[in-house]
Amino acid sequence: MDVRLRKFLGTDTLLPYWLLLPSIVFIGIFFLMPLFNAIMLAFRADNGAFTLDYFKKMVADVRFIEALKYTFFLAITIVPLQLITALAMALLVNTGFRGSRFFLYLFALPLGISDLAAGLIWLSIFTQHGFLNSILYSLGIIERPIYFISYQNIGLTFLAVVVAEHWRATAIVLVILVAGLQMISKDYLEAAEVLGARGWKKVWYVILPMLKPSLQSALIIRTIFALQTFAVVLALAGDIIPVLAGEAYFWHFLYRNSHIASAYAVFLMVISIGMTWFYLRFLRSRMEVIRG
Amino acid sequence: MAAEIRLEKVRKTFGKVVAVKDMDLLVEPGEFLVLLGPSGCGKTTTLRCIAGLERVDHGRVYIGGRDVTELPPSKRGIAMVFQSYAVFPHMTVAQNIGFGLRMRHAPKDEIKKAVQEVARLLQIDELLDRYPSQLSGGQRQRVAVARALVMRPEVLLMDEPLSNLDALLRLQMRAELKKLHREVGTTTVYVTHDQIEALSLGDRIAVMREGEIMQLDAPNEVYDMPANVFVGGFIGTPPMNFLRAEVRKEDGRVYLAVGDFSVEVHKEWQEKLEGMVGKKVVLGIRAENIEVRPTPEGGALPAQVVVSEPLGAQQLLTVQVGKDVLKVATSPELSVAPGQTIGLVLTKAKIRLFDEESGEALKFD
Amino acid sequence: MSYPRLLRRTLLYIGVTAFALWVLIPIFFIGISSFTPRNEIYAWPKPIIPSHFSLDTMRFFLNSYGVLNSLLNSVWVALLTLAFTLAVGAPAGYAVARFFFRGREAFRLGILITRMFPTALLAVPLAVTFIKWGLYDTLIGVALIHTAMALPFAVIITTGIFMGVPKDLEEAAMTLGCSRFGAFARVALPLALPGLAAAAMFTFVISWNEVFAATILTVNNRTLPAHILTTIQASPLYFRFAGGFFMILPALLFMFFIRRYLFHMWGGATAER
Repeated sequence: MDVRLRKFLGTDTLLPYWLLLPSIVFIGIFFLMPLFNAIMLAFRADNGAFTLDYFKKMVADVRFIEALKYTFFLAITIVPLQLITALAMALLVNTGFRGSRFFLYLFALPLGISDLAAGLIWLSIFTQHGFLNSILYSLGIIERPIYFISYQNIGLTFLAVVVAEHWRATAIVLVILVAGLQMISKDYLEAAEVLGARGWKKVWYVILPMLKPSLQSALIIRTIFALQTFAVVLALAGDIIPVLAGEAYFWHFLYRNSHIASAYAVFLMVISIGMTWFYLRFLRSRMEVIRG
Repeated sequence: MAAEIRLEKVRKTFGKVVAVKDMDLLVEPGEFLVLLGPSGCGKTTTLRCIAGLERVDHGRVYIGGRDVTELPPSKRGIAMVFQSYAVFPHMTVAQNIGFGLRMRHAPKDEIKKAVQEVARLLQIDELLDRYPSQLSGGQRQRVAVARALVMRPEVLLMDEPLSNLDALLRLQMRAELKKLHREVGTTTVYVTHDQIEALSLGDRIAVMREGEIMQLDAPNEVYDMPANVFVGGFIGTPPMNFLRAEVRKEDGRVYLAVGDFSVEVHKEWQEKLEGMVGKKVVLGIRAENIEVRPTPEGGALPAQVVVSEPLGAQQLLTVQVGKDVLKVATSPELSVAPGQTIGLVLTKAKIRLFDEESGEALKFD
Repeated sequence: MSYPRLLRRTLLYIGVTAFALWVLIPIFFIGISSFTPRNEIYAWPKPIIPSHFSLDTMRFFLNSYGVLNSLLNSVWVALLTLAFTLAVGAPAGYAVARFFFRGREAFRLGILITRMFPTALLAVPLAVTFIKWGLYDTLIGVALIHTAMALPFAVIITTGIFMGVPKDLEEAAMTLGCSRFGAFARVALPLALPGLAAAAMFTFVISWNEVFAATILTVNNRTLPAHILTTIQASPLYFRFAGGFFMILPALLFMFFIRRYLFHMWGGATAER
């Protein structure tokens, strides 16, 4: 390429690299180094020897299997539900009816709500003397409060966590889908109308396929974060429902064993990567053809 | 299948802007009508009103005798080709073309046959299994046209379908569209801002400006006998020249005074202009209807050459006549230099006169 | 309006209203809880609207040991995070937006990958490292890790923002005598300011809400979420409710201000080109 052209395109200068330097340094120190250290902590005993002891202890712990089970169930229950809800909300808002912008902002509110706060919010609803029980009682449906959150009713507790997390994180999926919908050129929708695809048909044949990239992004992002669910569970259900991230927290904080905590962290990372790879394999081919 | 289109007092407003002003329009069955005009004149809005993509604020729309004003696009018997083609990227060419038929629940083998037929007509039958991202712009455009034609619509609507193609391809496609229309014969309404396209393709052209039709006529008429100054100045490359003139009479002869010089007028008009002596008019004449003489003698209009553009088949001169600037088309062999004063003779039969105030063509009967 | 259209419209409005209620009611509840007098919090059945509104619960919360401190800490950490994140991320966003350099795609891919790191993976080892570096239990330490967590967002968002500022404008400035930096400061930056402000607020919210790392990395200098989490088993209900309310307050406020940019930002975040 001609020198002048290179300079114009900015490929002939070192400036971009200088601009990038702080970020790269940061990523090095705060991502790569901890990653490395985590692996070290998980696989290396204090005396320096390589060991699988920590992993063995992690797996042998009675709460491990429970944590794995609940984390997994949480992810596969919540994510599809969120996708469907967010899709419904996005499609409704996308019709552009009067006031749709207002409703959109409303739906996006939970974006600013941390998982801890969400847990506390739903605590006020699900707790023994909470709002849900009070309403059910006032309507005469129940006579005594239901223990939504207790060892005895672990199914209900799990449900409560699902509801809380669904409420909180649907907004994240919503924003991704709305952005995706906005990128679909109006021409396609009009062409579909003219060709006889209206209402549901338009959604099914034209909108959804063109939304696939966004759906895929949302799916991957939400699954990875769903596997890391932590504060919602803690705030709502304490340690009744073990989850992987929660176990990492307890091992580091309470039991003061950073090794096993790291083992959990590494394990979490591995399943995240695994699921992402799985999704990408599954949904890749269509994407490439559409992008062209 | 070709239906008649009728617009009755159709009005469409966007906020405070009236895009289409109480328009009456009749498109004959099988006719190729071009809506031509500058951007913002309302041609696309009119098309979309016919399509049903815009709801008219006032007036009725009839297709094939049916009142379709309240009907959605899919129920009007129309098919549309969009400027951006809007070919679905996630479907193959075959699936795109067959989409409308699928929505009508036509049997699969019928769809397949129809798709094959129309693809062959548009010469894209080799591309049926490809995805749009694998096609060129021109090919995608044909897919868009095929998708519309396969529906056997009563009315075909096209919104600037050639504007995204490069010049050479545009030329090619123009001829193909014309041939297609001859073969298929559907009533077609075609929107464009390119007057060459309009002249080439239309059976009739509706020249639009600010929501109104200025003139609705066959291409030759619109070119030769523009209804007003706007139409004359919009159609033709270069646009019609306009000179300020005044009707005068001397020695029993009526003529036009352009500045200090006189322009001869056709014999037949002598009588008609009698009653307009003293009136200020606008004289319109096209570049190719002006003859160039090397010197301004023998009654030729003196003009000073400003610029000369060699355009291959002709030479385009920009000349100054008094305060007016004219474009004159002449043979490439003629050698003229900037600054040189030449003589112009206007072909009498091709002079057009317009009212100075309204811009409307002067009518003589 | 024709009958089927009316039906569709009505269903539409019912649908969105239902969703809106679904979002708003829990927020309403926590708000109510925070203004309910302490004794009524345990009342059974709990009234939807308390007998009278009282600042009792809030006052008690704010006066509880460590709360005011943790509030202040949260504010400091969030501000530091936002400063660091923009300082580090905005130049990177500008570089990716304007220059086509070797490694550009690799860098963007790298950024996307870092978004997928579990927080635990960063926080646990950093807790150990920070002890060595003397950053353990400091606000700066937390701010640094929050910056790391917010950085991917910041880079992606600022890339989108700067891409939205036409390159021609800066080039015109340069032909008129500005240096490259001058063109950036006088032309690109002012135009990017609204978007950057939105990105800043979003970063603030991320830091304000973060709980896992903040808890692991602090002992005495807790942020608000860390403080609430660590006392959650032992604290009374009303404390938790008031805490929840305080946590969501600034976030909701900021969400209101940056609402216009939310979709531009996320649109930029998902468009991988």
